[in-house]
Amino acid sequence: MSLELVDWAADWPMVLPYFDGTVPAGFPSPAEDYLGTPLDLHDFLIENKAATFLMRVDGDSMKDAGILDGDLLVVDRAAHPENGCVVIVALIGEYTVKRLRCGRDCVWLEPANPLYKAVRVSLGEDLHVFGVVKHAIHTLR
Amino acid sequence: MDEVFGLIDCNNFYVSCERVFRPDLEGNPVIVLSNNDGNASRRSNEIKPWIAMGDPAFKIRDIIKRENVTVFSSNYALYGSLSAKVSSVLLSMVPTIENYSIDESFLNLGEFREREVEPLARELRERVQRWVGIPTCVGIAPTKTLAKVANFLAKKRPQYRGVCDLRSSQVRADLLSTVPVAEVWGIGAASAAKLAKIGVQTAADLAALDPDNARALMTVTGGRTVYELRGISCLPLELMEPTRKGIAVTRSFGAPVTSWPQMREAIASYATRAAEKMRRYKVAAENIFVFMHTNTFNNDPFYSNGASARLTETTNDTGEVVALAVRLGERLWRDGFRYSKCGVMITELMPETIRQPALWCELDREKRERAWRAMDKLNATLGRDTVRILGAGPKNAAWRLRAEHRSPRWTTRWDELPRVRAN
Repeated sequence: MSLELVDWAADWPMVLPYFDGTVPAGFPSPAEDYLGTPLDLHDFLIENKAATFLMRVDGDSMKDAGILDGDLLVVDRAAHPENGCVVIVALIGEYTVKRLRCGRDCVWLEPANPLYKAVRVSLGEDLHVFGVVKHAIHTLR
Repeated sequence: MDEVFGLIDCNNFYVSCERVFRPDLEGNPVIVLSNNDGNASRRSNEIKPWIAMGDPAFKIRDIIKRENVTVFSSNYALYGSLSAKVSSVLLSMVPTIENYSIDESFLNLGEFREREVEPLARELRERVQRWVGIPTCVGIAPTKTLAKVANFLAKKRPQYRGVCDLRSSQVRADLLSTVPVAEVWGIGAASAAKLAKIGVQTAADLAALDPDNARALMTVTGGRTVYELRGISCLPLELMEPTRKGIAVTRSFGAPVTSWPQMREAIASYATRAAEKMRRYKVAAENIFVFMHTNTFNNDPFYSNGASARLTETTNDTGEVVALAVRLGERLWRDGFRYSKCGVMITELMPETIRQPALWCELDREKRERAWRAMDKLNATLGRDTVRILGAGPKNAAWRLRAEHRSPRWTTRWDELPRVRAN
């Protein structure tokens, strides 16, 4: 088996050919008969295009949740922020990524790194949630 | 079925766009400067009492400092992208809309049940706020002109909580008399002055005016406005985008241009943009118009002139477009003036596929086209003007537009994405 290197251009459409069924090796190109609808990564990453924004992570306070410094976040503003999900919130005039935990009379904004502290927001206090983080895209270097 | 129009209008759109990724600006004064950073063109509510629309930037420097105002240059990449998002939110709930401007759209609400219309408008407002982060107001009425009036009321009077419904003639009778006639769609300052002379002060007065009188006073649109204010619809939704008839690249200079080499650079650079746009829309020029003028508002000696030329063979080849535009500019140029603006306009366009090849063409079109496309691609990925033709001058030429306070293009460029803190 050999690997073929291909050029990758940034503006290529995010589609991958999809083969329905198995393709036996060494058989003269039977693939055309099985070519299905191409896969579009948007379908997987973006549920609601109008409400989706991309953001970049600065820092490691969410590393145990799989969100590393420099990662790309896919943020959905239409999704409802629920207990346990990762959200973008405004804290002291800046957007920050945290995990949302509902307490009895408050919500906790939890980091995912023991070096950082959770932030408590009492009920009735103003909490501006920008959106819910759906995916963290991590590029291997 | 009765027609029902909605008009959804974004509140302080440019300012709201600047705030989407800047939570620190919520409730704080913000202004957005017009093209070239010359004037305050949009103001947040907090600063409206101190700064008037169109105030020159240099005159309000002290107020900006004193009131701690955040100042932005216009960031059209951001506004355009958020406007498109707003439109798709609208389309998620209303099948037919007309994008009237970058920040307002007419909605066809006639297909909804009478009692559903207002709750729908409220939900639409909430959805745009939540999904895109832009506040809006909605006007509902049986005509477009009344929908505009309703929107004005929804904006100005908090008791409507962002949605004003003028479908009932009883409600209209009560409210139209409280709206100054100058606020009615299509009534400019000149018309308002004429109307004031015959005692027409409010929208209700105008609705009561004899349509023939209105037409005599303000041409055919005046008569139409009277009918529309009475609830008789004369203006249908325009769903089709108007076909692209021309391309214009015109801009004021950052500093007055006084020498031909500078002017030539500006013309070449605008012509380059025009050619790039033509390639993007897959059209080619048949006719080019170039103009230049001095400032009409200061005491500079006035000069203004324009010239056009026809191409024997339609083209969107940067080299050809630039060469012709520069030749036209050369004919217009007069020494001794301080030029404030020039422009390159493509006034006749053809689809590029039906290009009429000239008989004696010596250019290797295919090769040149590949070169321009490669240049477009570089500029699209690495930023505008990364690759320029030599005649367009340096990237920091004095005549180039000033946009010193532009916010990042948060939604359209990989290297300017908003950063979220995780530390």
